[in-house]
Amino acid sequence: MNTSQSLVYLIALPLAGAALLLLGGRRTDKWGHLLATALSASSFGVGLYQLSQMLGRSTEARPVSQKLFEWINVGTFNVDAGLLLDQLSICFVLLITGVGTLIHVYSISYMSHDHDRRRFFAFLNLFIAAMLLLVLGDSYLSLYVGWEGVGLASYLLIGFWNQKPAYATASKKAFVMNRVGDMGLSFAIMIAFATMGTVSFAGVAEQVENTSEAALTGMGIMLLIAAAGKSAQFPLQAWLGDAMAGPTPVSALIHAATMVTAGVYLITRSNFVFDAAPTAQLLVVIVGAITLMFGALIGTAKDDIKKALAASTMSQIGYMILAAGLGPVGYAFAIMHLLTHGFFKAGMFLGAGSVMHGMNDEVNMRKYGALRKFMPITFATFGLGYLAILGVPPFAGFYSKDMIIETAFNAGGVKGIILGSVTLLGAGITAFYMTRVMILTFTGTKRWDEDAHPHESPWLMWLPMAVLAIGSVTSGFLLSRGDALVNWLHPLFEHHEEHEHHLLEPIVVSGLALTMVAIGVAIAFVKYSRQEVANIAPENVSVFTKIARQDLMQDRFNEAVFMRPGQALTTTLGATDEAVIDGTVRGVGQLAMSSGSALRGLQNGFVRSYAALILVGAVALIAAIWVVVQ
Amino acid sequence: MSFTAPVLSYSLLSPMLILLGGALIGVLVEAFVSKALRPAVQLTLTLGTLLLAVMQLWRIRGQQSLTAAVGTIVFDGPAFLLQASILIIAIISVFLIADTEHFAALPAALPGSEEERQAVQSGNQITEVYPLTLFAVAGMVMFPVANDLITLFVALEMLSLPLYLMAGLSRRRRLASQEAALKYFLLGAFSSAFFLFGAAYLYGYSASITFAGIREAIVGGGGNDVLLLIGIAFLSIGLLFKVGAVPFHSWSPDVYQGAPTPVTAFMAAATKIAAFGAMLRIYYTVFANAQWSWTPVLSGIAIVTMLLGSLVAIAQRDVKRMLAYSSIAHAGFLLSGVIALNKAGLDATIFYLFAYGVATVGAFAVVTLVRDSAGEVTDLNRWKGLGKRSPFAATSFALFLLAFAGIPLTSGFIGKFSIFSAAYESGAKGVVIAGVLSSAIAAFFYIRVIVLMFFTDATEDGTSVEIPSILTQASVVIAAVVTVALGVYPAPLLDFITNLAIFIR
Repeated sequence: MNTSQSLVYLIALPLAGAALLLLGGRRTDKWGHLLATALSASSFGVGLYQLSQMLGRSTEARPVSQKLFEWINVGTFNVDAGLLLDQLSICFVLLITGVGTLIHVYSISYMSHDHDRRRFFAFLNLFIAAMLLLVLGDSYLSLYVGWEGVGLASYLLIGFWNQKPAYATASKKAFVMNRVGDMGLSFAIMIAFATMGTVSFAGVAEQVENTSEAALTGMGIMLLIAAAGKSAQFPLQAWLGDAMAGPTPVSALIHAATMVTAGVYLITRSNFVFDAAPTAQLLVVIVGAITLMFGALIGTAKDDIKKALAASTMSQIGYMILAAGLGPVGYAFAIMHLLTHGFFKAGMFLGAGSVMHGMNDEVNMRKYGALRKFMPITFATFGLGYLAILGVPPFAGFYSKDMIIETAFNAGGVKGIILGSVTLLGAGITAFYMTRVMILTFTGTKRWDEDAHPHESPWLMWLPMAVLAIGSVTSGFLLSRGDALVNWLHPLFEHHEEHEHHLLEPIVVSGLALTMVAIGVAIAFVKYSRQEVANIAPENVSVFTKIARQDLMQDRFNEAVFMRPGQALTTTLGATDEAVIDGTVRGVGQLAMSSGSALRGLQNGFVRSYAALILVGAVALIAAIWVVVQ
Repeated sequence: MSFTAPVLSYSLLSPMLILLGGALIGVLVEAFVSKALRPAVQLTLTLGTLLLAVMQLWRIRGQQSLTAAVGTIVFDGPAFLLQASILIIAIISVFLIADTEHFAALPAALPGSEEERQAVQSGNQITEVYPLTLFAVAGMVMFPVANDLITLFVALEMLSLPLYLMAGLSRRRRLASQEAALKYFLLGAFSSAFFLFGAAYLYGYSASITFAGIREAIVGGGGNDVLLLIGIAFLSIGLLFKVGAVPFHSWSPDVYQGAPTPVTAFMAAATKIAAFGAMLRIYYTVFANAQWSWTPVLSGIAIVTMLLGSLVAIAQRDVKRMLAYSSIAHAGFLLSGVIALNKAGLDATIFYLFAYGVATVGAFAVVTLVRDSAGEVTDLNRWKGLGKRSPFAATSFALFLLAFAGIPLTSGFIGKFSIFSAAYESGAKGVVIAGVLSSAIAAFFYIRVIVLMFFTDATEDGTSVEIPSILTQASVVIAAVVTVALGVYPAPLLDFITNLAIFIR
């Protein structure tokens, strides 16, 4: 494999930015945000350079690696800290640094009134560095470091305004739920080490055929748990809605475009494990299908614009996970949807931030309305993102989502029909709730609070939105033209070239999907455009709406199943700790103190006693030697 | 009668010669340089001498010789490593010693006398401590390279005598300091007597004072074993006294507390390296074949030392006494590396000595910073809430305590892990169990201090924390960086030690 000495700069640049800004303190307040943006942009530049290099090489020679240092060398266990840039990771690198840089730019203006803007940019840079390490690591262990790094950055950024207790709680919730997933990842690494003796991607891929299916299934399930935690998939999805407490650029970057897609990366990166463990692969599909419905249903009932978008993110990642679970045919489509989603969802989040910016940080859509005239650019960019997520041709989502629906139908048998129906239905519901967001926010009557004076955001904010909107329009077409992305990623995945039978012709799938979308849009129009929208959420709603408003009871479920028993367990443990362990320690302490007072007789400060002690010791030593020798 | 001039390899002896030369120049400086210039001149001279010695030592690394000074000095890998460790520790310690605030204005004056008052008022500063330090360092670097019993004894006295004096130089609580010095001297003399007595027995056993001669006698067998056993026992007493192993430890809490803190730092860290260095050489080369006689006894001493050090430390209410007991416990941990008597044990002990020495200097450096109007505050109760008043002092102290406790990502963890695994490999399971147990006990009181500093509110008579001088700050920062670096990425140093640490005989 080729080596490249410049991979490390991808990570080092933003990392240096984070270090400088955090250690430099207030001194860097004036220019810290510019430095952070510049470093993120230069990392993007390095990424583009790498891409151009990669395009210039033949297919087999495209992956490049860089060994950084010998990390762990214990007995037979050797891990080198190394980086690997191949066709898959370059997609992520460009997405992370590209969208990341745009969001840096946006934040310069968005956070300009925050006196802690420097710290915010330091965390953003830290996130970029950690996320790049996650996708560039050449072993599960390096990935794990990045994995924890993005978890930390996410925690710090969700709780960025931690002076509000609710926000601090939200960040804690995200952190704790992520820990559950992290446990999965560490178990997966342990299984890999125990059964294969290696933790590098290449090593594991090589060893797969010599490993029992049981071990691979276990590893796959653990990887799935890890992915579920990071990507807010069922049953570890509950944190994402609360994570919206963070500043909106954070929601756009971390909780829409990049970090939450790490689970998809993990599963596609581990394709060799899942391809050899059908049970785990089936579970992946099931989790994806459940989450895609789950998120879509929550999305229909949310009045908070960011939470509605968060639910949508959850649902869209469900699509990706589902596609990744469909095996070699699905990986490329999962990545394609991930990339297009990165554009349109980040764009919409930035749009939501722009709306909030103009509306005194109001997030309740029932207090918006008729903003189209006041924020034309935001309306236009958000609208393009909307068309993209709906999957209207020729916008980006059409290409990526249709592929997933089609692949789901082609999975064969009952499975194919169920999955296909779920993805179709999901597309319809997506159309419904996204239309609802559009109508409530941009059309209809003004339902503003009295002191609201909506205005278009400054150019530093709308420029990134515009760039992302261009991506929302074109990325799908560009990535699927001549199967560009599929062919690009092809060498990484074992592709069975046999042509499966098509349950439905592509054109039929597209037609069905568009019909579902049209139905969803129509229902939303009837429900929200024809009738007056109350600016306070109505109380007399169906039980389903109530449940959906409460995020389908996810918090109650967690409370009943994990928190309460967990609390009981910790109380018991605490009591045991208090009585048994602390008791023992205190007992030992007591013993020590009482023996201390006994010994104080010896440690009395008189030299003669000390000398006597030495003499006694000497005699004892001689005696002991004598005994031993005898 | 004709004399032949001895053949000396000056390059191998040069670190010691440089130190002694520097010390002698220091004495001349005391005599001929004006008072006002002396502190600066002495500090420069001392640091310069130490740096020169380090550089010279670096140049001769990897060389081996049994005949550097007609057989009295041996130079090999472990010698280089131990001497380098001592010199590095000495440099960081001199940073602390440079703060003359710690030393009596006129040590010869009676405490509380008119003469003393005048000396304080005139701003008198003593600078004799610098040449004393250099003499002590010279003795210390000679101790682990001595190749016969006479040289070993000369080195022992050369390192001890200056330390006795230095312990009595404290500016505050002068009576306690002088008492400590006297105790240290008397007990040191007592243990030296044992040491000499042991040397005499060994000569009686082997008819030789060279290490090679004694080893050959042991390997050959046939001598009077009683003489050998008493010799080993008494010689061990002298060495165990220096490292502060139970039951020869009783001086250390009193002396650690009474001595000026920079001297305590230097003594605690560097003396341990020197004494354990000598022990390693003697037990690994000279007495290796009489292993059956001393390992069980030394194991017993190690176990008692670890447990007693850790247990009694819990009851301490004074920071310096607590650190003294902690150093006793660490002497026990280090003994398990001596007992291991294998290559891994040798490597681990050398690594542990360096890591522990650096952390110790750092910890005492922080102690020098916590003061009130009457000087250093060592009462633990008054360290409450230190984390709020001085995050720098409290955080770095917490780091050193974590290193002492052997928490991962600090040098202490790597040290403990490698030393215990070496002992386990050699079959000394009891020692390892006692070691792990007392580590757990020790963690209790280390972490209690951390809780005290960070999670307890300060009492009324809060102590102030001195703004550290650049040199003190440097010693804390260096110690902290080394402690973390060796915890996170110890491989290069471990490899370096493994490659070099081979005794020649």
